[in-house]
Amino acid sequence: MNTPVPVQQKQTTTWEMYRSIVGIGAFCALLIVSVYQGTAERIADNKARFLSSAIAQVLPAVRSTVEVSLDANGALVAATSPANLPVFLGYDEDGDLVGAVITAQAMGYADNITVLYSYSFDLKAIVGFKVLESKETPGLGDKVEIEPHFLANFEALDARLSDDGAALVNAIVTVKQGEKTEPWQLDGITGATITSDAIGVILNQGSSYWLPALERDARDFQPPQPSEE
Amino acid sequence: MALKQVSPTDEFVKGLWRDNPVFIQVLGMCPALAVSNTAVNALAMGLATTFVLVMAGLSVSLLRNFIPREARIVSYICIIATFVTCVDYAIMAISIELHRALGAFIALIVVNCLILGRSEAFASKNNPGRAVMDGLGMGVGFTVALFFIGVVREILGSGTLFGVDLFPEGFQTWTVMVLPSGGFFAMAMWLLVVNWIRQRKSDAEKQASERTGEAAL
Amino acid sequence: MNDAGYWSIFLNAALVNNFVLAYFLGICPFFGVSARLETAVRMSGAVSFVMLVASVCAFGINLILEAINAPYLRIISYILVISSTVQLVEMLMRKLSPPTFRALGIFLPLITTNCAIFGLALFQTNKGYGFTQAIVYALGAGAGFALALVLMAGIREKLDLADVPEIFKGTAAALVVAGVLSMGFMGFAGLGR
Repeated sequence: MNTPVPVQQKQTTTWEMYRSIVGIGAFCALLIVSVYQGTAERIADNKARFLSSAIAQVLPAVRSTVEVSLDANGALVAATSPANLPVFLGYDEDGDLVGAVITAQAMGYADNITVLYSYSFDLKAIVGFKVLESKETPGLGDKVEIEPHFLANFEALDARLSDDGAALVNAIVTVKQGEKTEPWQLDGITGATITSDAIGVILNQGSSYWLPALERDARDFQPPQPSEE
Repeated sequence: MALKQVSPTDEFVKGLWRDNPVFIQVLGMCPALAVSNTAVNALAMGLATTFVLVMAGLSVSLLRNFIPREARIVSYICIIATFVTCVDYAIMAISIELHRALGAFIALIVVNCLILGRSEAFASKNNPGRAVMDGLGMGVGFTVALFFIGVVREILGSGTLFGVDLFPEGFQTWTVMVLPSGGFFAMAMWLLVVNWIRQRKSDAEKQASERTGEAAL
Repeated sequence: MNDAGYWSIFLNAALVNNFVLAYFLGICPFFGVSARLETAVRMSGAVSFVMLVASVCAFGINLILEAINAPYLRIISYILVISSTVQLVEMLMRKLSPPTFRALGIFLPLITTNCAIFGLALFQTNKGYGFTQAIVYALGAGAGFALALVLMAGIREKLDLADVPEIFKGTAAALVVAGVLSMGFMGFAGLGR
């Protein structure tokens, strides 16, 4: 009959604790930083390609873009670092200002919807629209991306500013499907009311924020080094 | 009592059916339900988790004599979090669209009870070879389970498989299947199938042992 | 900087995008603890508290990470802080309320791997919430988690007494109930916008 042998519990010293935690920490840090550095360029490329193809869809005449932001006084300046929701000025091959491309987001049905849209200075209207990110219900909310009569809203969605250039004359708003009477209204989608309402809110908020500054400063804006498409 | 010699391949196979993480152990359900709304997402998530399982298992096993008992959970969490961060950036580098589709759930691999559980229960007590096989087995079992759930949800919920339309125009998709509820229902359905198979097997074994019992009398 | 109002954030986290029923976060304790109403209530309390602390910590950590420009440390720092917080809560609970500590048993350390808490920290960072917004978000998420857990526990207690086929018993039945609950919560969509 075997008598149970008492198991010797090895006492861990403080030195061993420190050694292991610091060691693990160093190993983890090394790995994380190497992978981060190793993939950083590829990720930046991916993001740039994604964005430029999206911009080409909403403003086809664009050949080069400059990312812009607002400085402390609200004046338009070239962006020093890429923003989360970037805004661009678009120029054609002759270097003439074609329009502005704005990213904006707001809460939809399921989660935030991020949208890219283009504004034409000549028409004073929104002329292109693309959903960048959405977690809306497939087959219902995501109709805003493909439904023809909804996309027809963006042939020239009126976004005129008031005379003092401080705000939109008429707020962009989504109305029930079939009830659109004014050029600044969005004809909604029945069955996807919340999502189409959200698009209206996004466009309204984004435009109210950016268009005053864009209308005021964009034509005189000197692009430092326009980035090639 | 002599220890049953478990071959390394057995460590791999057990993760596929007998100890399947999703259907038998019922671990790691959060991602199983969340990102399985299409087959591609399910596969990507499964593969990412498998990678972390294998690498974390390997690391923990290699360092098992170096990590003192008191600091082990913290160390395991650090190691797992590191590999999850690596996978996160790797997926971003591969495809921005895929990263957007999987969203925050790649980062959530770090709290997948499965990985911490395997590190604690197995990798810390076995050599690297077995740890890798165990991680691989669990990972593949997890991926397969996720894939099945994803296939059902995508076919019924979107009428496609891997983005390819399967049904003619008039097919009314069961949109609920790509919604959260559908995740619960799809998993319940597969769990029923698994339970049914296991019950049949245990009934057959019971009958067989009764017969041999009678024969022995 | 997110513009959402406090009430809208709270309602969203608690009902519209309920952490358990819409985001599938916190499923392990959801199915593990929801068999009995009493443990469910206690677990919800612990999780809500840890959520609050985690949300505040995540906000602070994110400020530091952005200052030193090290976004790649986010996952590892969040999870380490959350596990330490859970350890702390465990120790406090053992001191201040031993019966609660005993009742929760294994579930307290399991909160570390509770996707809901880590998910809360991540989502809050992604949405760019400010400090008060983060607190409201955590309160909403905790309330939503508690609601889902308590509802589930109540139903499961009744279900235990019902005549359910063998292969259905346990997790499978709970999953179907969860699916139906989830469909019910979808009715909250659009609330508080």
